[in-house]
Amino acid sequence: MGTVSNNKENNNMNSGREGIRGWLNPTRYGWERVSYWLQRLTGLFLLVYFVGHVYETSSLTNGVDAWNSMLELTQTIGGHIFLILVIGTSTFHTVNGIRLIFTESGKGLGKPGRPDYPYNPSSLNYTQKSGIWIALLLACIAMLYGGMVLFGEGG
Amino acid sequence: MSNEENKKVQLKVYRTNYNKDDSSHYDKFEVPVKRWTTVLDALLHVKSYSDSSVGIRYSCRMASCGSCGMKINGKPSLACYTKISELKDDVIVCEPLPNFPRIRDLVSDFSQFFSHHKNMKPFIQNDKVSVDIDDKSDLVEFEQTHEDVDKYLQFSYCIRCGLCYSACPTVATDPKFPGPQALSQAYRYEADGRDNSKKTRFNIIDERHGIWRCHFAGSCSVVCPKGVDPALGIQLLKGHMLGLSKNNKKISTLRTKNNE
Ligand code: HEM
Ligand code: SF4
Ligand code: FES
Repeated sequence: MGTVSNNKENNNMNSGREGIRGWLNPTRYGWERVSYWLQRLTGLFLLVYFVGHVYETSSLTNGVDAWNSMLELTQTIGGHIFLILVIGTSTFHTVNGIRLIFTESGKGLGKPGRPDYPYNPSSLNYTQKSGIWIALLLACIAMLYGGMVLFGEGG
Repeated sequence: MSNEENKKVQLKVYRTNYNKDDSSHYDKFEVPVKRWTTVLDALLHVKSYSDSSVGIRYSCRMASCGSCGMKINGKPSLACYTKISELKDDVIVCEPLPNFPRIRDLVSDFSQFFSHHKNMKPFIQNDKVSVDIDDKSDLVEFEQTHEDVDKYLQFSYCIRCGLCYSACPTVATDPKFPGPQALSQAYRYEADGRDNSKKTRFNIIDERHGIWRCHFAGSCSVVCPKGVDPALGIQLLKGHMLGLSKNNKKISTLRTKNNE
């Protein structure tokens, strides 16, 4: 096309792409965008946890003392908070992930039809939004319960 | 009523010219608005009475041509389809569409967006029908029921305005990703009973930067001004490609002059 050829071509403003900054802000386009953002964030968090978890449990091969000193890490306040986050993220990621397996295979989004003003897109329907809310709610409940067990008596 | 008559808002317009060494900035204009004034009306008012050099692109003024897309108060919108009274704000910020290269002011370059659309071969392909016809009596027509039409009709309402493309978080980081507009057009032909070439389009979108980069953030369907619901088309297409949902497509029957 050659409509935009000049030497500033490669700066981000001219390419206009939002880049990672566009991803970082999930507040602009409704709940589905929040779901997308959280699914990725929780997925990456769980990945980090999973690597750490394998490292933690493998300490058992260095004898029972190494294992016990690892366990002590999770008995600190920071360790408790980290575990509560693991409980919350894994609950959200699993529940919302099961929802996404269906929606991303075209299930539960409704059928195409004749669009009429004001055009409510059927893929953004309330059943699916409720799925996101339920995943969030269950994550909160799980974190509360986890918090009670971890910080409660004998914790 | 009289109160409404004299209302004014401030229009903040993003200005830059990439062909000059011009750093970007915002120009502010006071514009009188009525209940029905659209953002495009306001920009045209600025061009008529304040600064004729403001660069905008528009044509139909009725949400049909798809040329006046821009970011209005943070959201990709059609300027001609956005009433200022609906924005409920005294400051209206107009910026060029995100994810498109910028040319000047609010005008962005659509060549890459259109080329993604063209890649989908957005026309009916049917190897049973000859394209070169010399004799008029060889002309044929397809028979489709209303139900057959409803399967793709909403996707055919796309005006290629690019709003979905600028809202998509995958497009924001991956220029090779076809984007919601092109992918939903792939579904539009996949669902059309007159087209019998689904494998060619499957091969185009089933690749590293293809349809599987869509994670259903749904933002395309939030901003689409025509009710296309591109996210729906894309997820339905994924289902067909995975073989999880049946594609009940019945290839339309051909009606020729002879077998009427
Ligand atoms: C039963 C448990 C799980 C289910 C049902 C599940 C489901 C899903 C689904 C459906 C996606 C794709 C979402 C999309 O298209 O954007 C996904 C992404 C992901 N998952 Fe899971 N997952 C589970 C457990 C885990 C675990 C244990 C980990 C970490 C070790 C994990 C890490 C990730 C990561 C890193 C992504 C990529 C996120 C992205 O690209 O947006 N998941 N998960
Ligand atoms: S799908 Fe909607 S938002 Fe996207 S280009 Fe077509 S009309 Fe515009
Ligand atoms: S001017 Fe044609 S869509 Fe707005």
